[in-house]
Amino acid sequence: MRSEPVVQVQALVKRYGTKTAVDGLDLVARTGVTAVLGPNGAGKTTTVETCEGYRKPDSGTVRVLGLDPVRQGGELRPRIGVMLQSGGVYSGARADEMLRHVAKLHAHPLDVDALIERLGLGSCGRTTYRRLSGGQQQRLALAMAVVGRPELVFLDEPTAGLDPQARRATWDLVRDLRADGVSVILTTHHMDEAEQLADDVAVIDAGRVIAQGSPEELCRGGAENTLRFTGRPGLDVASLLKALPADSSAAELTPGSYRVNGKVDPQLLATVTSWCAQHGVMPDRISVERHTLEDVFLELTGKELRS
Amino acid sequence: MTTSTGTYTPKPGAAPLGRMIAAQAALETKMLLRNGEQLLLTVIIPTLLLVLFSTVDIVDTGAGEAVDFLAPGILALAVLSTAFTGQAIATGFERRYGVLKRLAASPLPRWGLMTAKTVAVLVTEVLQIVLLTVIAFALGWSPQGNPFAVLLLLILGTAAFSGLGLLMAGTLKAEATLAAANLVFLLLLVGGGVIVPLDKFPDAAQTVLGLLPISALSDGLRDVLQHGASMPWGDLGVLAVWGVVGIAAAGKFFRWE
Repeated sequence: MRSEPVVQVQALVKRYGTKTAVDGLDLVARTGVTAVLGPNGAGKTTTVETCEGYRKPDSGTVRVLGLDPVRQGGELRPRIGVMLQSGGVYSGARADEMLRHVAKLHAHPLDVDALIERLGLGSCGRTTYRRLSGGQQQRLALAMAVVGRPELVFLDEPTAGLDPQARRATWDLVRDLRADGVSVILTTHHMDEAEQLADDVAVIDAGRVIAQGSPEELCRGGAENTLRFTGRPGLDVASLLKALPADSSAAELTPGSYRVNGKVDPQLLATVTSWCAQHGVMPDRISVERHTLEDVFLELTGKELRS
Repeated sequence: MTTSTGTYTPKPGAAPLGRMIAAQAALETKMLLRNGEQLLLTVIIPTLLLVLFSTVDIVDTGAGEAVDFLAPGILALAVLSTAFTGQAIATGFERRYGVLKRLAASPLPRWGLMTAKTVAVLVTEVLQIVLLTVIAFALGWSPQGNPFAVLLLLILGTAAFSGLGLLMAGTLKAEATLAAANLVFLLLLVGGGVIVPLDKFPDAAQTVLGLLPISALSDGLRDVLQHGASMPWGDLGVLAVWGVVGIAAAGKFFRWE
């Protein structure tokens, strides 16, 4: 099912004056949810806006649903949904009015009332856009991106500035879109968002993709994970190490407190517990510290993600 | 884990072009008419000027009824206020707040958006002209001349002011457009033969002022409606040149974000 690419970016370069925003970026997004993850200024928005047809590449090629977003924009636009990072609505328009309007530009729009209900926009009433809260404005922009029943939706930082509840509602909608076969490209600098939603994550820094894969692959690859357990002091760590895969390490940090480093997967956990069983050790407080995308990013770039 | 309910199953497609443009034009008109500051410019100021200067003898408007001189000028002002000032300010802020950008990603083509804006301007102008004409008749206006010439003047005037308004909105910052569009409105109101006859200005100034689109429009309307001219070719020519230049420049320099 996750076969044909919905977005193909090859060697994309985009400069603004002397500043290079995107510097030879390659990205393939397949059906499902793809998160473009990176710090502010990494080139996420430029990349997405090039896919949306707003910017012309200085070099490289971009194909979205097999089409050139600039030259075949007329054919592409009805098939995609776009949520800009901010704005996009007449300041004097009401939320329902704007959403109904965007629906009218499409041949088979969603039921607007149901969508308003779903995203909790019903309480906006007669309030005009400029007086809506930031969260309401975000949810309206999200609704506008999906109302035309697109095949592919671009969401540029869809949950920036949302409270946890609204964030959760946005995540639920993204999951429903995915379940119904809509592909989603979203940018974020929230690790948990990428981990929660994405089938595939492209980590961007300084205008390039520095890593791409599923959240699990990214967390496994390169970064070491840690398993800790406590037991009787003075266990034979060398014997434990022999039972573990070659690239692992094991140590007794303080008497009775042990740490195993390596690729922590179900197999490794089973190896440790069966070694303990053979040696009559009751390991309590087993804990697994898996590396998060945050750690991966730090490791790849030497930078904190949210800076 | 969520399961598919089919609610969002893709079914993309653009609405028919005519329906998109009609929807866009309706929304644009609604936004124009809902905006208080816009109504001040497009309705209240022209109405007040028409009533005030027709009933109180402040400016010497030459021979005949004051309203016969003023009504054509006020109609020109109505076109200026909507096609230029109102459109420039609204479009400037739409650009600033990403409305133009967002619509550019919708199935509505850019020319469709511009067509819708023009329809919204024309609808607003029809409402203005009906209102001002009724008031002018109540004040004793007795227009004459060729209605077709009047229509042509209004259309070319709209084209000229729209081109200039969009040029401003598409190149300057929204705040600069707001300030400049209001200033131009005021200057043209005074120096464009709207309520003050151009022959009150020095000869040298008259030549320059006479080439402004507002002067051509108010002078042309006056030639027809007050003096019964059949077709004011000179004024139509001036408006046509402004229209071509303005629209071409707007087309070339307009930035969508």
